[in-house]
Amino acid sequence: MLEIRNLHAEIDGKKIINGLSLTVNDGEIAAIMGPNGSGKSTLSYVISGREGYTVTDGEILLDGANLLEMDASVRAAKGVFLAFQYPLEIPGVTTMTFLKACMNAQRKARGEAEFSTPDFMKRVRAGAEKLGVPQDMLRRALNVGFSGGEKKRMEVLQMSLLEPTFAILDETDSGLDIDALRIVADGVNALRDPKRSFLVITHYQRLLDYIVPDTVHVMSKGRIVKTGGKELALELEANGYRDFVGEAA
Amino acid sequence: MNARSAPPQTSAEAKIAADYVGARLSLPGGHAVADLRDAAFDAFMAAGFPTRRVEAWHYTDLKRAMSEALPIASPPSATSILAQGARLASLCPRMEDVDSLRVVLVDGHFIPALSDVVRLPQGVALHSLADALAHGDAALIEALAAPGLGQGDAALALNTAFMQGGFVLDIAAGVDVVHPIEVVSLSSSVAAQAIYGRSLVRLGAGARLTLVEAEACDNGSIEQRNCALVCQIADDATLEHVFVPAELSQGSTHVAHLLASLQSRASFNSFTLARGGGLVRRQVFLRFDGDHSKAQLAGANLLKGRDHCDTTLIVQHVAPHCESREYFKSVLDEEATGVYQGKVIVAPGAQKTDGAMKSHAILLSDGATMNNKPELEIFADDVVCGHGATVSQLDEDQLFYAQARGLPKHDAEAMLLEAFVDESADRIENEAIRAHVIALMGGWLAARRRA
Ligand SMILES: Nc1ncnc2c1ncn2[C@@H]1O[C@H](COP(=O)(O)OP(=O)(O)OP(=O)(O)O)[C@@H](O)[C@H]1O
Ligand SMILES: [Mg+2]
Repeated sequence: MLEIRNLHAEIDGKKIINGLSLTVNDGEIAAIMGPNGSGKSTLSYVISGREGYTVTDGEILLDGANLLEMDASVRAAKGVFLAFQYPLEIPGVTTMTFLKACMNAQRKARGEAEFSTPDFMKRVRAGAEKLGVPQDMLRRALNVGFSGGEKKRMEVLQMSLLEPTFAILDETDSGLDIDALRIVADGVNALRDPKRSFLVITHYQRLLDYIVPDTVHVMSKGRIVKTGGKELALELEANGYRDFVGEAA
Repeated sequence: MNARSAPPQTSAEAKIAADYVGARLSLPGGHAVADLRDAAFDAFMAAGFPTRRVEAWHYTDLKRAMSEALPIASPPSATSILAQGARLASLCPRMEDVDSLRVVLVDGHFIPALSDVVRLPQGVALHSLADALAHGDAALIEALAAPGLGQGDAALALNTAFMQGGFVLDIAAGVDVVHPIEVVSLSSSVAAQAIYGRSLVRLGAGARLTLVEAEACDNGSIEQRNCALVCQIADDATLEHVFVPAELSQGSTHVAHLLASLQSRASFNSFTLARGGGLVRRQVFLRFDGDHSKAQLAGANLLKGRDHCDTTLIVQHVAPHCESREYFKSVLDEEATGVYQGKVIVAPGAQKTDGAMKSHAILLSDGATMNNKPELEIFADDVVCGHGATVSQLDEDQLFYAQARGLPKHDAEAMLLEAFVDESADRIENEAIRAHVIALMGGWLAARRRA
């Protein structure tokens, strides 16, 4: 369970998260929608431990443990995963090498045995096949020259291999074609588990047809201004944010 | 030798002048080489050790670093050779999957007893510098002098005056030396010492050779190394060269000259991995004398602490239709200083020259400095030449991405740095030697990660 209580965070002297509270229960899929610049990506960075943000108040607990005290890699080993809105290109590091390093680093941090190379290969191949990621892409430098949609697919592949307990998907649907959207959504749905929760950031109701959320939150100016069920997304699609963003001011 | 009467400027220079007078005729080659040595000595004494006022030494003050001139290493004794032989395997383990022919130097002196001389194939001749000079062969002396390369450089002149130790390696025309030749250089002495080596490698027409120079130094004492390698590459010959200088102790100075000339359709690919250790000056003087030849000078500099590493290259395109590539990657941590000066000169007749020069550096700390100075001097009109130089930091976004996937910060840094420097080693053609160099770089990065 992820609990965010009265979170205030700023970067470069600019306050972006303004008293945000949010609870995501085990097994829950929570969607966050909100206008551009409302702080959704910032929230995902603060949860996953990016440096440079100052948390001036509030706390973030994952299963009761204070995430704010841990660095990003420790949070990852604890089960936090962020699928980036803009996945980074890592020249000179093949996708395979990167995946293996990350998977084994997490296992090591948790005191688990590292995967042997054949074991690792088997998992990656199977995972790639499910998400329609061609095998030769795994031998290329991570994300370098990948299309926008390929990058997003690679994010979901990484998520499926790292088996997080709390996964944030930051606009994973943007850049995906209609078929890819379905494949990626299937990939996410396959990971649904009573012990795993998701925070799905999106602008479009369409994704939520495939990944059906338990709760929908509207974010504006750094806080949650409205919480509802999946029907809230439909309402937003129809009316836009105008009914809610005013409340935040 | 009129300069001998000129007042020496520093006590180190005075000591060198006195050493030279004492050693002059007992140095290898005796009278036959005396004129060459004298002229070089005069040139050195007239100029003194280079300071930052000398343009080519703008970032490296050798005069200041040479506050004293250490005693010159004498050829090792029989007992010392035995002792070095006993620790050779542990100090300088053989490269994995490389069946090399070893040439062992102790304190700069070629030691046949420790070398794989009996395995040398037909068409490969190897002699100590002293033996090669004993015949007074004028062509050899001329080759060693490498006329037109490094002219006016006082540090090179000093090497010419004192050159001893080293070897002469001749590959006959048409001979493809299948096994790489690996020159392993050890220091025996625990006392501070100076080493002046000069070696010559000549490839006959169409010959092929892979040459590795690996230096090891574990005695922790201060060394002043001033060593030169001359490479003459005849028509259609191919030389691949990998140089891994020793990491000397702080306070040491290490000037390593490479003087290369290429005839027609020749190919030269040289890589240097510098891991610091005191003051390191790598200088390469290369000239294309024949058309349609290719040369690549690449390298990686991994520096930390107070390391100072200066790579200075002068590439002269005299003949037309040649291609030169310079490609260097530097990683600088703590208080380290890196220098890259590359000058590509295209003479009026060198039409269709294709030159590209790159130097990229990553600074890991605020105290580290990189000086990049790429230069082109083009006197021909039909050429394609370019250069690029960057100094940056590790990409924060990439680092966070890797950390968010579970890599601890130091591992994430090491992964990105490895990818950065490996790109230079990728230019080594011999796969096993490339793997060896990449492993050495990985070792440096791993040590940093543990620190
Ligand atoms: N380093 C920074 N310095 C100053 N302002 C910043 C910085 N980083 C982000 N911001 C600002 O914070 C606000 C929130 O940005 P964020 O990327 O979190 O929005 P978002 O809700 O994800 O928007 P989108 O829907 O467009 O992805 C924006 O106004 C942005 O310009
Ligand atoms: Mg965003």
